[in-house]
Amino acid sequence: MSATATPTAPDESTRRSGRHRLSEGKRAERRLGWLLCAPAAIVMLAVTGWPIIYSVWLSLQRYDLRFPHEREFVGLANYVTVLTSSYWWQAFGVTLLITVVSVAIELVLGMALALVMHWAIVGRGLVRTVTLVPYGIVTVVAAFSWRFAWSQDLGYLARLFSPEGAPLTERASALAIIVLAEVWKTTPFMALLLMAGLALVPGELLRAAAMDGASAWQRFTKVIVPVMKPAILVALLFRTLDAFRVFDNIFVLTAGAQGTSSVSMLTYNNLIKGLNLGVGATMSVLIFIAVAVIAFVFVKGFGTAAPGSDRDGRR
Amino acid sequence: MALTGGADTTARKAKWWFVNAVVVVYALVPVLWIASLSFKTKETINDGNFVPREWTLENYRAIFGTSEFVRALVNSIGIALIATAIAVVLGTMAAYAIARLDFPGKRALVGVSLLIAMFPQVSLVSPLFEMERGLGLFDTWPGLILPYITFALPLAIYTLSAFFREIPWELEKAAKMDGATPAQAFLKVIAPLAAPGVFTTAILVFIFCWNDFLFAISLTSTERSRTVPAALSFFTGSSQFEDPTGTICAAAVVITVPIILFVLFFQRRIVAGLTSGAVKG
Repeated sequence: MSATATPTAPDESTRRSGRHRLSEGKRAERRLGWLLCAPAAIVMLAVTGWPIIYSVWLSLQRYDLRFPHEREFVGLANYVTVLTSSYWWQAFGVTLLITVVSVAIELVLGMALALVMHWAIVGRGLVRTVTLVPYGIVTVVAAFSWRFAWSQDLGYLARLFSPEGAPLTERASALAIIVLAEVWKTTPFMALLLMAGLALVPGELLRAAAMDGASAWQRFTKVIVPVMKPAILVALLFRTLDAFRVFDNIFVLTAGAQGTSSVSMLTYNNLIKGLNLGVGATMSVLIFIAVAVIAFVFVKGFGTAAPGSDRDGRR
Repeated sequence: MALTGGADTTARKAKWWFVNAVVVVYALVPVLWIASLSFKTKETINDGNFVPREWTLENYRAIFGTSEFVRALVNSIGIALIATAIAVVLGTMAAYAIARLDFPGKRALVGVSLLIAMFPQVSLVSPLFEMERGLGLFDTWPGLILPYITFALPLAIYTLSAFFREIPWELEKAAKMDGATPAQAFLKVIAPLAAPGVFTTAILVFIFCWNDFLFAISLTSTERSRTVPAALSFFTGSSQFEDPTGTICAAAVVITVPIILFVLFFQRRIVAGLTSGAVKG
């Protein structure tokens, strides 16, 4: 909303004058800008930039903390090990499956929830307040709630839906429960992002469409969705990348048993349980690349305008 | 709508109340379930009943009697508060510069923070594990605070710069005309106006730090710095042969309480913060 007010006159004039010799005030402004941003930039780069480079370096070595003396440079051998391992590809498949299914469900539910939060004529505050509960709650806490709900004997859902079996110990039902836990926790976030987009749909446009005889469904697909498309894409991008990192829910619900490990889970197990830094770092690098590819596909393929770039483009 | 009859609006309202009820059930049932388990006695915890048949506070007494939980709670609160304070201060400085000042490198900073917001945290676990062991930061508070600040900063910068754009900047100009330097204008005029946005950002950042599990479990190894979410997964019950379900649930409820309070008291602010920071049309 505020972005429309951003390209104000001072911004334009400062940009033009920047080309010429800088006045004292301009230079002070630059100095202050750098000074104010430096701490944040340094921390962010020191904790992400350097480790990811270091990670690439580690991934080229045989480095097992159980045998620290056998540390040596092995080139791409770790990559060969990981990329020919069926565990890796199984975890990769599970991660993709969970990501695609949960984000698809979240988009539908989130849109419905956004419409409710935006247009409810009664109890709007109540709906928004309870919606924030899943968003704010600690993922591990929610995961334990689902685990105990689906545990044999203990849980009300297990008694209701599968009195005989143990749903968390069978692969298909365990994956479904992981998706359920993900969807429950993150649908509200999706809904809030979509609600922000919904606020941008002009009311007159909807009234005009209604007068022209458009049904509620037509108004939704022909007016609301096109106007909201940028917001939808940003929400999808953020949630897809977030879902790809799925870890907490799997850790608590199944600990990765019965072939339900995600790539994050597998990396954690190799590193902390296996103490194999070389292979762990290799997986770290591969996940980084996978996430970069997903982001690239969204930005280039679908034309998702990331919030920052969009705002900058207008300045 | 004003022309429609009273009966019609009543029906519409009833329909909305029904929809609201569905949302309330959706959001609260898992929370109520874990709360219910935490109040059940050892004998009835396996009865699968949604409402406890016998109520007890035994589980709460048990967790507050163990150093395992109390220490983890202290760690959680301390680490989240310190990380939030630092992230909000650094984020406020950067967001002010991004929203108001013109300087080369601004786009790069926005780009970098966007990249970090999308960064797969697990990619950092292996190198940070090794680096922190080398630097003596492994299993310490700063060892967790540093990654928390890093991943909270993009959130802080986005939310804050969105808030800062709403501030009436003529006031700043007026202050400068009265002879204030840019730094003075920032501290004396803008900071008080920006306080609500800063407060909202602090809540969002705190929730983020409070929630983390991956770093907490990978970069700690003892009670010294293990936070509650990580400690929960190591709960074994007060004696070795005891089923830890009840105590896990009690601990889970304890760390859910602050979240519920934030949501109840600051619903409007949190919604405003999340929607303004994340998507700008």
